[in-house]
Amino acid sequence: MALQPTIDPLLEEISGPTPRQILRKRVRGHMGLLFGLGVVLLLVVVAILAPVLAPHDPYLQDLGNRMVKPIFMGGTWEHPLGTDHLGRDYLSRLIYGARVSLLIGGVAALISGVIGTAMGVAAGFFGGKVDAVVTFLINVRLAMPVVLVALAVVAIMGGSLQVVIGVLGLLLWDRFAVVMRASTLQVRQREYVSAAQAIGASTPRVILSEIMPNIVNNLIVIVTLEMAHAILLEAALSFLGLGVQPPTPSWGLMVSEGKNMMLFEPWLVLIPGVVLFVLVLAINLMGDGLRDVTAPESRS
Amino acid sequence: MLPFILKRLGLAALVAFTVSFISFSLLFLSGDPAAALAGETASGEDIEAIRRLYGFDRPMLVQYGEWLFQALRGDFGESYYFKLPVASLIADRLSVTMTLGVCGITFALLTAVPLGVVAAIRPNSIIDRIALFLSVAGQAMPSFWFGLILIVLFGIKLRWLPPSGASTWQHFIMPTIVLGYYAMPAIMRLTRAGMLEVLNSDYIRTARAKGAGEGRVLFKHALRNAIIPVVSLAAVQMGFMLGGSIVVESVFALHGAGYLAWESIARNDLPTVQALILIFSMFYIIFTFLADVLNAWLDPRMRSS
Repeated sequence: MALQPTIDPLLEEISGPTPRQILRKRVRGHMGLLFGLGVVLLLVVVAILAPVLAPHDPYLQDLGNRMVKPIFMGGTWEHPLGTDHLGRDYLSRLIYGARVSLLIGGVAALISGVIGTAMGVAAGFFGGKVDAVVTFLINVRLAMPVVLVALAVVAIMGGSLQVVIGVLGLLLWDRFAVVMRASTLQVRQREYVSAAQAIGASTPRVILSEIMPNIVNNLIVIVTLEMAHAILLEAALSFLGLGVQPPTPSWGLMVSEGKNMMLFEPWLVLIPGVVLFVLVLAINLMGDGLRDVTAPESRS
Repeated sequence: MLPFILKRLGLAALVAFTVSFISFSLLFLSGDPAAALAGETASGEDIEAIRRLYGFDRPMLVQYGEWLFQALRGDFGESYYFKLPVASLIADRLSVTMTLGVCGITFALLTAVPLGVVAAIRPNSIIDRIALFLSVAGQAMPSFWFGLILIVLFGIKLRWLPPSGASTWQHFIMPTIVLGYYAMPAIMRLTRAGMLEVLNSDYIRTARAKGAGEGRVLFKHALRNAIIPVVSLAAVQMGFMLGGSIVVESVFALHGAGYLAWESIARNDLPTVQALILIFSMFYIIFTFLADVLNAWLDPRMRSS
């Protein structure tokens, strides 16, 4: 009975849960993260399987069946969420709309993530003049009104999916740069970085194999938050008529198209708005949750 | 203090200069502004005439220099659509946007700061949870959609408030709520975090130990210190909000500078768009500069960074 596992700290460390087990336990106990992850995965599956899941062609107009009411307002199962002002099936447009939102959000976050991470890591690692230039560029970017600039560029270049993705990707790198710079500054002080440099590791090697693995958790959190940001911005641009162009099914565009009929048919505005809200909420909860489980000490 | 202010002022001016160049060159993205202005049906001669009339045939840097020189004197050229000086066009509508911005940030502060304080005094209480829910929901809510829902509910169904326009103060209530709600989550989280930190500090324990009342401890000692970063965040948020007013103004048909921006973009009115981008940026730059100075004045440690 000399070995009491709960008393001996060394044995505790050996026989205790591994970091992976701790992480798994934290994930299981985090309702927000589970909800967010679940909803996002569900919508990703819906977006991928859109041609299978959608009951109708999202572009098919049926002018004899305009603004059919959804099932919960006395409609039929033929059009579970009703039809819009051109008689297009609302559920099918909603399902294909998930593709637009997720594609724009995902690719825009990827582009801005690459730009912002490169800038932030360079600023944090090299410091000095590099840092001064990056900090200056961040200030310039923050000073520019995002919605206004995005609208103007889309108006000039045309509202194709590629232009909207490109504009958002080139505009939303600021938070990546800010957070990656701060994280790199922190990690750079650690002994293992000095050790790697002392044994003669090259700068790219130190950045890739010593710095990056230790800031990737923060990066994932920002990716999710900026993805949510990009999805909201795309919806706002499309709502204002200068984002994704009709007849592409975008949730923001659906709200805009339903706006004129919202006095009599408020569900036309309500449904796409709720879906947009749920997706963005889920992505944000996923991001907040990931931060909580990977770095619980930074919770505020 | 003075060296700090001068350094910040120089940096702000440099940022403003860079932004002015970007906002000017944005409009050359299409390749040929004259062709964009003339429209799709214009002949080659028409485009050529427009190019010469507006001076697009000169080098871009020359055009930029001239535009910047005149902008510094308050002359932003003439609107292609309204055929009026851009400066007076914007000046007429800026008061609506400024009113909306001030009301919005006031609403955000009046709701977010008390919520944040209460949430910090009783962490994990029901109020803390409600505050957290409101801030998470606020970040996920599309503002144009939130505005439309308010219009349907309070403007059309209940008829409590006018659904659109800007003639009376009632017209500003819903836009204020929508714009303010956008800034609320960040302010609330910062207030809560600041209060939590301050309430655990030594001088609060000292104040309690010497027998100060709880109200006095909270407001005289704690909130005073916790509010410093909130003030500068509010200034930065104000700059963001003016830029974000374009969505809110177009939802509520509030004819301010944001609405003008939307109209001008839709009508290819380049001089107005250029001027508005620059002016909205200037507001942000001025507000962040004031926030920096205020911070440094309140907290001398900030001056060295």
